Amino acid sequence: MSESEPEYPYKAYRRPMPATWWLRNRKYFLFMMRELSSVFVALFVLLYLYAFFLLSKGPVVYGEFQKSLRSGGFIAFYVVALLFAVYHSCTWFRLTAKIQVVRLGRWTVPGSLVTAGAFMGWIVASAAVVYFLAM
Amino acid sequence: MGEKKTITLTVTRYRPEQEEAPTEQSYEIEFRDDWVVLDALNHIKDRVDGTLSFRWSCRMGVCGSCGMMVNGVPKLTCAAFLRDYYPGEVRVEPLVNFPILRDLVVDIDDFMRKLKAVKPWVVRREEKPVEEGEYLQTPDQLAEYKQFSMCINCLLCYAACPVYGLEPEFIGPAAIALAHRYNLDSRDEGREERKQVIASSAGIWECTFVGECTEVCPKDVDPAAAIQRSKVATTTDWVKSILWPWGKR
Repeated sequence: MSESEPEYPYKAYRRPMPATWWLRNRKYFLFMMRELSSVFVALFVLLYLYAFFLLSKGPVVYGEFQKSLRSGGFIAFYVVALLFAVYHSCTWFRLTAKIQVVRLGRWTVPGSLVTAGAFMGWIVASAAVVYFLAM
Repeated sequence: MGEKKTITLTVTRYRPEQEEAPTEQSYEIEFRDDWVVLDALNHIKDRVDGTLSFRWSCRMGVCGSCGMMVNGVPKLTCAAFLRDYYPGEVRVEPLVNFPILRDLVVDIDDFMRKLKAVKPWVVRREEKPVEEGEYLQTPDQLAEYKQFSMCINCLLCYAACPVYGLEPEFIGPAAIALAHRYNLDSRDEGREERKQVIASSAGIWECTFVGECTEVCPKDVDPAAAIQRSKVATTTDWVKSILWPWGKR
């Protein structure tokens, strides 16, 4: 504010941000679900790393761990983690075009093609993993 | 002749000399199909209650003054038609995430400080003499930044951004979009100066990509894209500085 302008004589009112702001609309809620999905993706990765650690302890220890993975709790966790991982991947792939502008010479590749390319890459990579596991 | 249609506007009132916190006041006015919310507010101010305060200027989506929350969504009230809400009630509140000065008027000083900090103008290390003519630009060079130059500083994006609501030091969508606009301008040489601000702890890395700033933007500026692309550019610069430390900045 310049010196010539008089100071506003009253106190401005600050509205508190409620803890439930993310329930205010559907898009905020979906954003929070995307953020929450990271927790499940991280837990899955930690579990995977733990499995690698147990693998180094020998087949007996690893076999016991594998047996425990067949419990209802673990299966439920894997189903939830898979759903969140798919949701996380889809939401980010849909945003790819916003993040990265792809140019081929003077032609800017349309965002829809960039997004489609990301999904295609994902499908090809997933198919390659399935092929490897089935071999 | 049929009975006149009416519509109710429930408007936030805050008279700091009289009350500690905002209240609401409802006005039942004639419904007109061709009126926008701003027309209704002006009708109230002119004919019903002259004490109601709000900002407006151009009435055609150019000045960016009349941004308010309409039924919980940040909107330019000059572009929000009553017919889209009729026969329901229309709730008009000041833009969220900003302190209220009076009624529907919010304090935008914080944004003005941040906007100035990102230097939203063409920065030259050395100006060329006038006799050498303009700084020319090709249509392709213009197309690089044009979308981001459409910002009218209406602040709807700040009202839609929960990060700004939770972390008020965040520089915010419009200021970063404008910094990005000048960074993309072929005539500009101020990228390094702006980077000090936009890559700071209050800058682009605060953004969690909610994306609502882009959804509410009345000019299709896409501030969310500007922020993410600034992240990519800043990271690329950093990697280059590691791999090629003697390279030109």
